[in-house]
Amino acid sequence: MLEFTEQGIYCPQADLYIDPWQPVKRAVITHGHGDHARWGMGCYLCHRHTAPILRLRLGPEIAVQVLDYGESFTANGVRISLHPAGHIVGSAQVRLEYAGEIWVVSGDYKLADDGVCTPYEPVRCHHFVTESTFGLPIYRFPRMEAVFSEINTWWAQNASEGMNTVLLGYALGKSQTLLRHLDVALGPVFLHGAVANVNAALIADGYRFPGEYLSPETNLQKRRGYAVVAPPSALGSPWLKKLMPYRVAMCSGWMQLRGARRRKGVDRGFVLSDHADWEQLNRAVTATGAEHVYVTHGYERPFARWLHERYGLRASEVHLQGAAAEEDEP
Amino acid sequence: MKLFTELFVAIDRTTKTNDKVAAIVDYLRLTDDRSKLYAIALLIGNRPKRPVRTADLKRWAADMGGIPQWLFEESYHIVGDLAEAIALMLPPGTSAVDYPLPSVIEELATLPELNDEKKEEIITNYWRHLGKDERFVFTKLITGNFRMGVSRQLVIKALAVYLDIDEAAVAHRLMGKWLPAKETMATLFAEPERGIRDFQPYPFYLAYQLEGAPELLGDIAEWYIEKKLDGIRGQIIVRNGQLFVWSRGEDLLTDKFPEFGPLKDVLPDGTVIDGEIIPWRAGQPLPFQVMQTRIGRKALSPKILREAPLAMVCFDLLEWKGQDIREMPMQYRRNLLETLLSSTAIPDVLLLSDLMPFNHWGEVEIFRQRARDFRCEGVMLKRKDSAYGSGRRKGQWWKWKTNPLTVDGVLIYAQSGHGRRANLYTDYTFAVWGDDGTLVPFAKAYSGLTDKEIAELDGWIKRHTLERFGPVRSVEPYHVFEIAFEGIQESSRHKSGVALRFPRILRWRRDKKAGEANTRADLQQLLDAM
Ligand SMILES: [Zn+2]
Ligand SMILES: [Zn+2]
Repeated sequence: MLEFTEQGIYCPQADLYIDPWQPVKRAVITHGHGDHARWGMGCYLCHRHTAPILRLRLGPEIAVQVLDYGESFTANGVRISLHPAGHIVGSAQVRLEYAGEIWVVSGDYKLADDGVCTPYEPVRCHHFVTESTFGLPIYRFPRMEAVFSEINTWWAQNASEGMNTVLLGYALGKSQTLLRHLDVALGPVFLHGAVANVNAALIADGYRFPGEYLSPETNLQKRRGYAVVAPPSALGSPWLKKLMPYRVAMCSGWMQLRGARRRKGVDRGFVLSDHADWEQLNRAVTATGAEHVYVTHGYERPFARWLHERYGLRASEVHLQGAAAEEDEP
Repeated sequence: MKLFTELFVAIDRTTKTNDKVAAIVDYLRLTDDRSKLYAIALLIGNRPKRPVRTADLKRWAADMGGIPQWLFEESYHIVGDLAEAIALMLPPGTSAVDYPLPSVIEELATLPELNDEKKEEIITNYWRHLGKDERFVFTKLITGNFRMGVSRQLVIKALAVYLDIDEAAVAHRLMGKWLPAKETMATLFAEPERGIRDFQPYPFYLAYQLEGAPELLGDIAEWYIEKKLDGIRGQIIVRNGQLFVWSRGEDLLTDKFPEFGPLKDVLPDGTVIDGEIIPWRAGQPLPFQVMQTRIGRKALSPKILREAPLAMVCFDLLEWKGQDIREMPMQYRRNLLETLLSSTAIPDVLLLSDLMPFNHWGEVEIFRQRARDFRCEGVMLKRKDSAYGSGRRKGQWWKWKTNPLTVDGVLIYAQSGHGRRANLYTDYTFAVWGDDGTLVPFAKAYSGLTDKEIAELDGWIKRHTLERFGPVRSVEPYHVFEIAFEGIQESSRHKSGVALRFPRILRWRRDKKAGEANTRADLQQLLDAM
């Protein structure tokens, strides 16, 4: 029912694309990250909470049609519905059913509950398209709660030494997760503009996050021990200077590796990811009951081979052109 | 080993030397005495030998992780470090037990005698009961490339703070090959009642390369000027009728130099002489390569002893009749040394380092430029009133080497050659030590070794590969090479911050250990001097 084309994942029967990277008439968008939601689509179909993000990123004039989780519509006989992917606010798996055959395109997902977005729900299907950003057994992430408490402990220690704390994470997704779990009793929280913008876009849907936008006018002179949430691109930028003295941490699944931590040149690396780790990927794939699995985004080859050898699944690697390594560059 | 793991993580996490020292001090304050000894040994680089084969480790880890070997390899390739890859791929452990560091190390030491089945049982049992970071540190201990990321000097600094004694004393206590199992904190660090332990050498006083004009040193009459000979710096110790010969690299070389054997009956008890051990015949030094034919050999045949005769050119006396006289002025020590060596009982394996009779710095400069003609590397300048310091203390002793510029680098990468040498590793990358105790690559060199040396090194590289990146292998930082070059320039394109002109391998320094290679700061000094 689905084809992997040069424009993206295509459903000929319904004549629509999922997360296409070239302009098409109708696009179902799994979530608002840049490598999934691109410019120039005739019409965007997405979850209700993804709409404000698309408008923020792609402009207010785009045509958007929204769905709730579990709500469905039919296009030329194909029943299409969205289901929670647990990746970021509004992220959805796309379920397509036609003539008794069910496909699920999971987009990016994680099984761990981040306390912000609707948790992942497994969807039974025959064909499952999965990401594999962390599709190697070296990526077994610690429990998120443990990481949050590590982060708060670190912040408290920095504050006690008169240092500010800078936490780097994606403006959309990671930042909200961090803000939800920061212990605001430890001190004031400031936001990089990119983070503040995303937070503002989500307010209408009822999402509230602590933190004050750090504008050029904000006076930090006498403040010490505060926390700042900023995107990774802030690292090495002059913007950071005004936060001196500070310690800076990168929050990303890649921080699992010592080499990655050292290369980033940050004081700390916290293993915090919006993606499924090895264990979650295995759990997710087997829970769908799918016979056919298409592996994209990451370690396609080893993960597909593993699924085939370990579970006897018909797993194949799919190299999507527009797939960018997420969690690294915005 | 939970505390030790925390120490490792803390050191690993920071690049700031103060934080590293603080982490070591914290550790010493929290842990028990026996663990301290083992930790200190590891910190200063006395790491255990690899007790099991890498291939076995990989197999056991993959089995325990429930993954096929190919997936293990694929993942290992991404991680780059075997111990880390293993720690990450094992299923989550319980970490309920805190194994004492000493018993872990002692148990690892017994492994080589056990059969494979038993080895696997012991190692996987540890893996099962260690947390993630502990597993990493533990596995690093058995992969044989354990490094703590601190220099010896930082460890000394931390111990000095912790023990509240001065750094020179700590440095002295850590000299030589001591075994943590045979010591206590008291035997290692407290002032022994009978003074110094018999075998223990003094920390070598090292000289800085002179960078400015010698005139800045003042009146030449206040200086001793000696040839800088090209041998192995060593100490000859006679105490309680026993003889010990130590190299600066803290190798006990007594057995390697049988010609010094008779000294234990000739030198008075409580004598320590500092000098340069050098191949010598008929009043002349022989090329250093002659020495290399001896070093590294297990058995010394009479033929070798005949072809590569050794002597020590003595330049200082550190202990006399059991008294540590390092604080006395050089002139005093020198006079005693001269008296001692002039005794007819002294065999001619002990020679006195000549004082060069220069009257003007200009004469010294001319001599230095032609130093090779006089079979030396340059000159040593020592203040007549100088004490024998500890480590590198600036201002009292200088070495003033002749050109070209040379730096001792550690081999860290090797790449296979082309054409005729396609299956030999002939292209090498060398590194110096950075401020934070990591190795910083500074030169690539392709020439300078003989075919025989290349073949030998090739075999070693293949057996001691850490990682492979296509045609390049990273190897254990072990072998030291003297790299000569014609010029040095600042360069932002190079990690070391310098670019060298025409680097080449001058020779293989088998007498030096990786830790004795030059540092990034040494390169900077060369640069500043240009
Ligand atoms: Zn995403
Ligand atoms: Zn993505």
